[in-house]
Amino acid sequence: MSSRTSWIPYALIAPSVLFLAAFFLVPLVQTVWLSFSGDEGLSLVNYQRMAGDLNFSLAIQNTFLLTLVVVPIQVALALVMATMVSKLEKGRDIALWILTIPLGISDLAAGLAWLSLLQNTGYLNSALYALGIIPGPVGWLSQETPWSLFAAIAMAEIWRATAIVLVILIAGLQLIPKEFSEAAEIFGAQPWTRFRRITLPLLKPSLQSALILRTVLAFEVFAVVYALGGRNFPVLAGEAYTWQNENQNYGVAAAYAVLIMAISLAATALYLRVLRTRPEQLP
Amino acid sequence: MTATTSEVQPATAARSMTLPSARRLLLWTGMAVLFAWVLVPIYFVALGAFGGRLGVFRWPKSIWPSDVSFAPMMQFLAIEGVFNALLNSLIAAGLTVVFSILLGAPAGYALARYAFRGQNAYRLLVLLTRAFPLAILALPLTVSFIRLGLYDTPFGVSLIHTVLALPFAALVTQSLFMGIPREYEEAAWVFGCTRFQAFWKVVMPLALPGLAATAIFAFVISWNEVFAASILTVRERTLTAYLLKILAESPLHYRFAGGFILILPSVLFIFAVRKYLFAVWGIASK
Amino acid sequence: MADIVIDRVVKEFGSFRALQEVSLNVRDGEFVALLGPSGCGKTTLLRIIAGLEKQDSGRIVIGGRDVSELAPRKRGLAMVFQNYAVFPHMTVFENVAFGLRMQKVTQDEVKRKVERAAALLHIEGYLDRYPAKLSGGQRQRVAVARALAVEPAVLLMDEPLSNLDALLRLEMRTELKAVLREAGTTTIYVTHDQTEAMGLADRIAVMYGGRIDQIGTPLEVYATPATRFVGGFLGSPPMNFIKVRCAQGTARIGDTALPCPAAGGEMELGLRGEDASLASNGSGIPFDVRVVEPMGSHLLLTGAIDGQLARIVAPPTATVTAGERVGLTVDPARLTWIDGATGRAVARA
Repeated sequence: MSSRTSWIPYALIAPSVLFLAAFFLVPLVQTVWLSFSGDEGLSLVNYQRMAGDLNFSLAIQNTFLLTLVVVPIQVALALVMATMVSKLEKGRDIALWILTIPLGISDLAAGLAWLSLLQNTGYLNSALYALGIIPGPVGWLSQETPWSLFAAIAMAEIWRATAIVLVILIAGLQLIPKEFSEAAEIFGAQPWTRFRRITLPLLKPSLQSALILRTVLAFEVFAVVYALGGRNFPVLAGEAYTWQNENQNYGVAAAYAVLIMAISLAATALYLRVLRTRPEQLP
Repeated sequence: MTATTSEVQPATAARSMTLPSARRLLLWTGMAVLFAWVLVPIYFVALGAFGGRLGVFRWPKSIWPSDVSFAPMMQFLAIEGVFNALLNSLIAAGLTVVFSILLGAPAGYALARYAFRGQNAYRLLVLLTRAFPLAILALPLTVSFIRLGLYDTPFGVSLIHTVLALPFAALVTQSLFMGIPREYEEAAWVFGCTRFQAFWKVVMPLALPGLAATAIFAFVISWNEVFAASILTVRERTLTAYLLKILAESPLHYRFAGGFILILPSVLFIFAVRKYLFAVWGIASK
Repeated sequence: MADIVIDRVVKEFGSFRALQEVSLNVRDGEFVALLGPSGCGKTTLLRIIAGLEKQDSGRIVIGGRDVSELAPRKRGLAMVFQNYAVFPHMTVFENVAFGLRMQKVTQDEVKRKVERAAALLHIEGYLDRYPAKLSGGQRQRVAVARALAVEPAVLLMDEPLSNLDALLRLEMRTELKAVLREAGTTTIYVTHDQTEAMGLADRIAVMYGGRIDQIGTPLEVYATPATRFVGGFLGSPPMNFIKVRCAQGTARIGDTALPCPAAGGEMELGLRGEDASLASNGSGIPFDVRVVEPMGSHLLLTGAIDGQLARIVAPPTATVTAGERVGLTVDPARLTWIDGATGRAVARA
């Protein structure tokens, strides 16, 4: 059949290739080009303006801090959840469904949900008031309380996006044959050893994809931040949005976009390198 | 338990009885905490959405629904622009579903059924999208979208959302089609079907549930996306873009109402496709 | 009804030559089994006949019509697949009717033909069920009924029994033979199971390394293998091959002189385990017995002739013990002589 029908697969992928070329590759090149174009040809003027902006170093710092705090906690929490769910004898399906609900929730909605808890007259303050810890409504999300604002944003991000890590890890766990762990058990390995020496190494490919996905998305974070803190907590994607929509300066916005892309690619490359699995080590 | 270890025989018997149940108690306590962690914020935003202005500023708050009614939600929906934004979100998400399935499923089929030159390059292109913050690529499109008349339309938004959903759709449908034995199609060919007939009569019915799940995920991806939608619209905003825009100036209970409307369909959809959740994401994350 | 001519078909997968100029003629109404180990090209050949693969060169002619370039649906054949390929989303009735529906046969005709095929395969009872509710054997019947319902000129079967358990396989084999004899369809049947091929086929084509080593009736290929491979592949235990040296038209093993078809040189003597009998007085070809396995219907003796491994079948009542040396007598007419260099059989002198 091959000679007669070799055009078929190309015809099948062609539409998606054209589409991705038009709306992924072209904008990619455009962004880079835009970021390097000044009034008279090629220049670094956009990057200079970006770096000179008051919010720039703060945005970098905040984004990195948020990523470094949120992503590891998400992975750890997802591992705990996955382990606990796997121990359940009944109700596993319903437990998984509840734990994965945030999967379908946008970052904006997540921010708003946590806002209902953390706003001045919100449920957290009500609880603290009932316990006699605070005398009345207290602000947690203002510029004057940067650490509690940071904690709130981190919490909302952990709440929302742990689900996706959980799903990827459980999908990965399902691929690991039970016999490996059972064999280790027969040879006397304790649960923690079994987890560390058997499950975790075999889970490496899933961990890798979860980390890549989460890290790239974490550098893109912005709606959850806006919902909770407005512009009090600058992040990179938020700055890009502001430069584009409010300042109407597409060049600086593009410079931010290129910066985010560069960081994302670097993170992906790092994960691919650090967590690489040789094919012969897969079950 | 430390007390019982000194007694020899009955203690071991008792421990073998109590240990699993104590453990089970611990496990379910932990699960209950996790459930609360997931559900409580949703509950509170729902209270906020249906509590109205009064509920939002009540102090101190009760965790029980006290002044809940549908009126605040109706008020929110009656605000100028909200209904339109809702409609735009639905249109954009619907178009994203159509585009990502129409473009992604044929590619998935090609990857599943044929060995062809350039296959790996294509797969690389698809995987490459994952290393990029895709929504951010909406930035340079503003200018060309204005020129093409796509700016400020749900159609334009859906194009960018399709970039997000298409790689996902291609990979998931690939695995979907790989799960349908080639023999079925070959049998159909031998018994008189053309390639297209075989696909339509045999592959399609078997792939349909998985395709529906893929469609739902594409819908949720678009429904939830904020950045690109905010960049590419001014008047014809999607719900997320609208909410982001009004965040600063609108009262809290409207924000909560908006948040709740954003959450609701996603939660229902995730419930509808829960059977496919792990298969689909396991595949898409390879 | 149609005859099949396979004319110098070649198929390559990259640098691997799956079929090297295979030619085969199947007569109208004949049942031919393609028998061989996995990777011998038998399934590839079947798929080329079906049109599921395209040959690199050569022709397929069915009923006088060259179908080499035609799509599967235009070749007028039916096929039973290894995993049955019974469509899970259709009832048994719709499965059996599938080919007829594609031929746009009238509703009454479909019903009549489906019912006849179903009766033939004894599946009338579950025509309205879905395949998921059927056992492997029942699905197998559905697959065969679907193929027979279209009354094909040619029926192709790709290891149709290999997924059934041993007992069911035996039962289906018998039934298949009866059904296909009644239908009288020209059939090509791919299998790696020699008992299936022997039991079912009018003729067996033994394939090895992308070519047909021998084609003949089951008895021919069994008794007079054309190559070393055919002798070794057919029969249980497989044929024994003893290296001997021929001189002046005879080969000597112990005290026994056997007439050798070659004047001189190295030859291999092919001896079926059941073609040797224990000599009463210990004379004949010396056989050092190492292991005795009582199989019920016979004893299987494993040992050495002239220091070379051999398996001999003895009557269940024979008294032989491990470690013993016994004498074997053979009928020279039932021996096969293989040229050691080419692996091909040499005509008996």
